[in-house]
Amino acid sequence: MSLTGSLLRATGPRGSLLRDRAMRLAERVTTPLLPADYLDLFDPLRAGADLRGRIVAVEPETRDAATIVIRPGADWAGHRPGQYVRIGVDVDGVRLWRAYSLTHGPRPDGHISITVKAVPDGLVSNHLVRSSRPGTLVHLEQAAGDFVLPTGGGKLLFVTAGSGITPVIGMLRNLFPVADSGVVRLARSADYDITVVHVAPREPDSIFIANLRALDEAGLIRLVARYSDVHGRLDLGELDSLVPDLSERTTFACGPSGLLEALEAHHAERGLTLLTEQFRVATIVAGEGGTVSFAKTGTTVEADGATPILDAAEEAGVLMPSGCRMGICYGCVLPMREGAVRDLRTGEVTVAEPGDGVKIQTCINAAAGACDLDH
Amino acid sequence: MTVLQKKTGDDNVAAHLTPEDIEQIGVELDAIRQSILDQRGERDAAYIRRVIAAQRSLELGSRGVLLFSLFPPAWVVGTAGLAVAKIIENMEIGHNVMHGQWDWMRDPKIHSTTWEWDNASPSEQWKHSHNELHHTYTNVIGKDNDLGYGIMRVDEDQRWVPFYLAQPLWNFLNACFFEYGIAAYDLELGKNLASKKRRSSPEFRARAKVTLRKIRGQMTKDYVLHPLLSGPSALNTLGANYVANLVRNLWTHSVIMCGHFPDGVQTFERRSINGETRGEWYLRQMLGSANISGSKAMHFMTGNLSHQVEHHLFPDLPSNRYAEIAPQVLALFEKYDLPYVTGSLPRQVGSAWKKVVRLSLPNGFGAKAQATVLQLARPGRRDGQSAAA
Ligand SMILES: Cc1cc2nc3c(=O)[nH]c(=O)nc-3n(C[C@H](O)[C@H](O)[C@H](O)COP(=O)(O)OP(=O)(O)OC[C@H]3O[C@@H](n4cnc5c(N)ncnc54)[C@H](O)[C@@H]3O)c2cc1C
Ligand code: FES
Repeated sequence: MSLTGSLLRATGPRGSLLRDRAMRLAERVTTPLLPADYLDLFDPLRAGADLRGRIVAVEPETRDAATIVIRPGADWAGHRPGQYVRIGVDVDGVRLWRAYSLTHGPRPDGHISITVKAVPDGLVSNHLVRSSRPGTLVHLEQAAGDFVLPTGGGKLLFVTAGSGITPVIGMLRNLFPVADSGVVRLARSADYDITVVHVAPREPDSIFIANLRALDEAGLIRLVARYSDVHGRLDLGELDSLVPDLSERTTFACGPSGLLEALEAHHAERGLTLLTEQFRVATIVAGEGGTVSFAKTGTTVEADGATPILDAAEEAGVLMPSGCRMGICYGCVLPMREGAVRDLRTGEVTVAEPGDGVKIQTCINAAAGACDLDH
Repeated sequence: MTVLQKKTGDDNVAAHLTPEDIEQIGVELDAIRQSILDQRGERDAAYIRRVIAAQRSLELGSRGVLLFSLFPPAWVVGTAGLAVAKIIENMEIGHNVMHGQWDWMRDPKIHSTTWEWDNASPSEQWKHSHNELHHTYTNVIGKDNDLGYGIMRVDEDQRWVPFYLAQPLWNFLNACFFEYGIAAYDLELGKNLASKKRRSSPEFRARAKVTLRKIRGQMTKDYVLHPLLSGPSALNTLGANYVANLVRNLWTHSVIMCGHFPDGVQTFERRSINGETRGEWYLRQMLGSANISGSKAMHFMTGNLSHQVEHHLFPDLPSNRYAEIAPQVLALFEKYDLPYVTGSLPRQVGSAWKKVVRLSLPNGFGAKAQATVLQLARPGRRDGQSAAA
């Protein structure tokens, strides 16, 4: 046994044992709540708290996009440029979770930023761009995603469309930080040879176009900007002429699924490497009835649009929690991991995006599309 | 004041309603509910978060003051604060959160499936007996055990046995130890201890274990740990916590008695709810509940259960909205000529207690006793009196 080993046994575990004991005692003092429920009153961003952040600034970028700067809680584990963060925002009192790419590399002030474009009828994006205020508490998950800059340099092509520029600007800002004196040239960035093909409907709506131009003017990247109102829709056939050394580059693309699918076909045909980031996997459109799957029980049930999920599931032999069966007792609530349901009393549709885990009453909701219940 | 609905008779206060009227009442109540759902939002979310933060601060502050409860002023202030904090936690927060009134916020910390309250009964069991049984079978004799908690006679139609003579005493004891009464009741202790088979059923044992663990946790907190933390003030803090729990028990018991016991509230026969429509369910809630009138502070301290009628019609609407819809609900009662039972807190508590005492005696006992007294006083008019009795 080594010295460090025995030292560790003497201090480390005993220290954590004491901490555990103290924690258990504190829990007994605050039961049925947790000490955290009281500590949250004073410092919701402290170490050990659920991961949250506080909005410190809302900076308009274009007429329908804004950058939200957030001070994350003490347990924020950092991120790699290009990654995204899932953020829970209370929109008109309802907690909604969405993913947003981080638009800065790790910042010296420890803040993180996202840049949001308001989509028509979009609940969270419009709220963040138009109604969010500094000081507001938001909920966070740790950064995630594999759409990150390869280490060690190389020849890269970024194809971005609209707000798809956000993960890319995070990578570029990390490679080429801007100081008051202009763009800073870092030794580690010298090995990157980067071309950016950026597509947007019109120049004034183009987020971060000024940053991209500055990098282009400084000779750090080559920018090919294409505006639909000037150049028309981008035809991927043009890519060879826009980027002559296309075949030598690894492509990173982020934008609407139409563009990404076309690029995938285009690159597959030529045997080129492509990494994509999709902002929207599939739009959930509410319909009538659908397949309800129960993840834990392993059953799937075909339910029509007029039958409560509770009834349909029980008929198919799934053991379901239930109570009043009329919508008043909340004894039948289950988390919906993904899908759409319709309240048979009011017609109101509830949608759960992957990862939302929205809790629904099964006795008064019917399937309005495929549903995946955590039961 | 007796079993009604689908039963004609003089005392059926809804006898004048046609089936179409009853369904129309349902439609109009659904519209009231929808109007609140349409507006429900940020203001409501801010309200409950504010109440929760204030309650936790008050509790923390009061427990802090009680660390010095050796000094009488600290004892008084701390005890009062703690009692109020416990009442708010049980009524305006716990009861309403567990009803799912705030589930729409999708905040996992303020959700019916995660909330645990400062009370002897575990949330899970309370939700079953309260949300499911009491709110579904409201005032249906034999199905809604809230009616007399299985230990009291609450309706003339219930057969009298001598056991009920002591029911004023049972009711008083239940008030003093209300949280344990609720826990026992949620466990269906009476029924489950009655037979060996039930006593030893694994399901009952598992539930009893959960309840005992909850009670142990609650007791350790209030009667061991916080007193110990108070050092030299230990005994004073122990007393303070006991008094705070007692005050909370008496208050919640009184408020809850006012919900369904006062004069004018209807009870229903078991078979009257077979095949009940949504409109009929609504009607039963309207006739089976009683409100308490009073100040804003009183409504708040009852967890808005003073709007019992509105709460029973819409158990999952946020409690801060009941006061707002009360005038519309009252207008509906008037439109359909139905009795909206309401009164001040002292009046409703008095009325409920009077009923407890009256029903502890056999039906008509009061009148008979009076008659006997009169007969004794005026023996000459015996015949007339006995005819009247
Ligand atoms: C990994 C990842 C990273 C993302 N990064 C960013 C980012 O950096 N900046 C950013 O603005 N968004 C980003 N998004 C998209 C973001 O998560 C939301 O989907 C978007 O803001 C819309 O949310 P909403 O609540 O406003 O719209 P919802 O209320 O959910 O939808 C309203 C309507 O908008 C449509 N819609 C939803 N999303 C989009 C979309 N992306 N484009 C066009 N129409 C849409 C819906 O079909 C619906 O009709 C990212 C998504 C993912 C998965
Ligand atoms: S079973 Fe009571 S709300 Fe669904």
